[in-house]
Amino acid sequence: MTVESEYSPDADRIMAVSLGPQHPGAGHFRIKLWLDGDFLVRSEPDAGYVHRGEEKMGEYRNYIQNVPHLERPVILDSCGILMPYALGVDELMGNSIPPRAQYLRVIMCEANRIISHMYYLGILGIFVGHSTMIEWAMGDRDFWIDFAERIGGARVTFAYIIPGGVRNDMPAFAVEKGLKTCDWFDKRLDEYEKIFLKNPLFLQRSEGVGVLSKEDAIRLGTTGTVLRASGVKHDLRRDEPYCVYPELDFEVPVLEGGDSWARAYVALLEMRESVKIIRQALKKIPPGPVRLKLGPQPRVPAGEVYSRTEAARGEMSYHIISDGSPRPYRLKIGTPSFKNLRALPHLLRNVHVADIPVIYWSLNYWPVEADR
Amino acid sequence: MTFEMSQANTPQPGTVAKPPAVPSSPPAQPKPEPARAKDLSVRINSRFPTVAVNWMKEKRLKVTTTPDKVKEVAFFVRDDLGFDHISAVSGVDWIAKNELEIVYFAGSVKPGWADFVVAVAERVARDNPVAPTLIEVWPGAEYHERETHEMLGINFQGHPNQSHLLLPEDWNDLPPLRKDYVSPGR
Amino acid sequence: MVEVQKSGAFQVLVGKVDNILQYAVGDPLRYLANWGRLYSLWPVHLETACCSVEVGAAAGSRFDFERFGTLEAFGSLRQCDLLIVMGTVTRKLAPRLKLIYDQMADPKWVIAMGACAITGGLYFDSYNVLRGIDDVIPVDVFVPGCPPRAEALLQGIVLLQEKIRKLPTLSGA
Repeated sequence: MTVESEYSPDADRIMAVSLGPQHPGAGHFRIKLWLDGDFLVRSEPDAGYVHRGEEKMGEYRNYIQNVPHLERPVILDSCGILMPYALGVDELMGNSIPPRAQYLRVIMCEANRIISHMYYLGILGIFVGHSTMIEWAMGDRDFWIDFAERIGGARVTFAYIIPGGVRNDMPAFAVEKGLKTCDWFDKRLDEYEKIFLKNPLFLQRSEGVGVLSKEDAIRLGTTGTVLRASGVKHDLRRDEPYCVYPELDFEVPVLEGGDSWARAYVALLEMRESVKIIRQALKKIPPGPVRLKLGPQPRVPAGEVYSRTEAARGEMSYHIISDGSPRPYRLKIGTPSFKNLRALPHLLRNVHVADIPVIYWSLNYWPVEADR
Repeated sequence: MTFEMSQANTPQPGTVAKPPAVPSSPPAQPKPEPARAKDLSVRINSRFPTVAVNWMKEKRLKVTTTPDKVKEVAFFVRDDLGFDHISAVSGVDWIAKNELEIVYFAGSVKPGWADFVVAVAERVARDNPVAPTLIEVWPGAEYHERETHEMLGINFQGHPNQSHLLLPEDWNDLPPLRKDYVSPGR
Repeated sequence: MVEVQKSGAFQVLVGKVDNILQYAVGDPLRYLANWGRLYSLWPVHLETACCSVEVGAAAGSRFDFERFGTLEAFGSLRQCDLLIVMGTVTRKLAPRLKLIYDQMADPKWVIAMGACAITGGLYFDSYNVLRGIDDVIPVDVFVPGCPPRAEALLQGIVLLQEKIRKLPTLSGA
């Protein structure tokens, strides 16, 4: 007697499972999975476990008080989420930021990009069982956190980029530390390529897995490493330049594969470019003031602005409406993880269960940022 | 070590804080007219004469229309003007005018237009906010519209799933981003 | 025989034997059990909010909390005994947090990490945030900070270990 004759063919085959908030492979997030044996039929994301109401809170605080809580959604890349906010408020007020402040903004944003990508690659390593990668990545990103700490003052939340410039100047000993870290990190990235990205075991698990075609990537509104790994050369640092990016020489890495390996490799190539940018910025930075004297409660003229920059995970955008009072009327935050979320149910479909962690984390989805 | 702190504005104990100094900026130069934005607005207005253009900046254009025309305008913006993906969808509560505004920010990856964003806006009445969904135009707008629905209470007709995305499942209060909803503790 | 049992001298003798047993066998057993527990804490893998980044750093190769015996358990949550609540707990996560806490095996301990887990922190006026988790689950150690440095979390773990060392009963409750 075969098994098929006992069960009805369609009912009871599909099992609904939660890859829930308490799971080593999920983060602060739940994915509802519908499984047919070892085969994933479809999935649906369930976000909102870290929804803290940042946009509503933004309306109760003035523009300077908004800075600390706005940098917490993507705590790994806290300068990346404050950058478009500062650009938007500066545009509304008509501030012209001193050049030294612009260089410092660029240096901190790029250091945060490296810190964020190291976390991404480290966790991707442990999801495929490569425990060396996570320990190396977590340990090495501490060198960059030390460099950022010398400038910003804290380990991850600096509240550094504010409307009107940056909060404080960079001490002289930070420049030397930065250049030493850049030189050391270049060689370290070669080692990462050897042990992880060119590792045949990782290639087997991630090459051809979770392929996102170019048309789908554009149509679904993805940004950042996900978009550049699918063959679209779109980077806001080049296409809509802000701060002093036009004066710095760097490339935008683009890969054609669209699979999980390409998304991870693009992150590594971006880190190389970030090191180049930091080195140039540290050498070219001019002396001068770093902050406009705006006072603790600046009055922003009425207006509406939509500003966006390239944070570590992708395009970060703010829609700020001001009505002339010290508090924003509407503060809408558009985070890259939320924009990339639509690609998750599209990719987590018709794959085996063992491919789920690789596809999920290769999208570089940070749930705290998507929930705000 | 040099640190530049704005100590001029931290009030010393016992004194009254001075008003902030006006930031000195170079004399205002006449800004050139935003040529690309003007060209786009001319094209939109020639096809849809009733559409209003709200702001026109170097890299931004905002067009305001009504819910019954917004789908046609969106298809035009996507197909003829080439803005192929959604960047964000923002909902605004204009309580003084008793209206809710939905703004779709559309971007493009085509070279030459990659820094431009066209915002398609529509206003709906506050007591019965109904608008058509633009998922057929920009599929990436699905979760953005779902969030706008739960935050402001706007009903997007034709949306496949308007359940709560970010709020808890048992939320039974006013939509939080409305101005008459006051945060507990404030 | 029944009259002998009810006499006061017998009670005192039984009491003294009980005391001797307590000192000779019970206390060392309790010390041994607590020593075993505090050097092998298994945290539940639940990431609550942004402090999880500093827990990741604390687990990494620079700050390494594994040398204190705290090892991330990749198995079931029923075999864990430490719950580190890393940051803000929202109203959506709160029932799940209680569910997770109830399923952990006794004895279990909770570290509230970050200002948000202690009092709601920076998000005190948000509509979706619990103002402190000690309304939902009992907390043993509070680690302040926003986020606490990885060294501060290590100090919190060491404080918890001292607390466990002094537990008065063998069951650890």
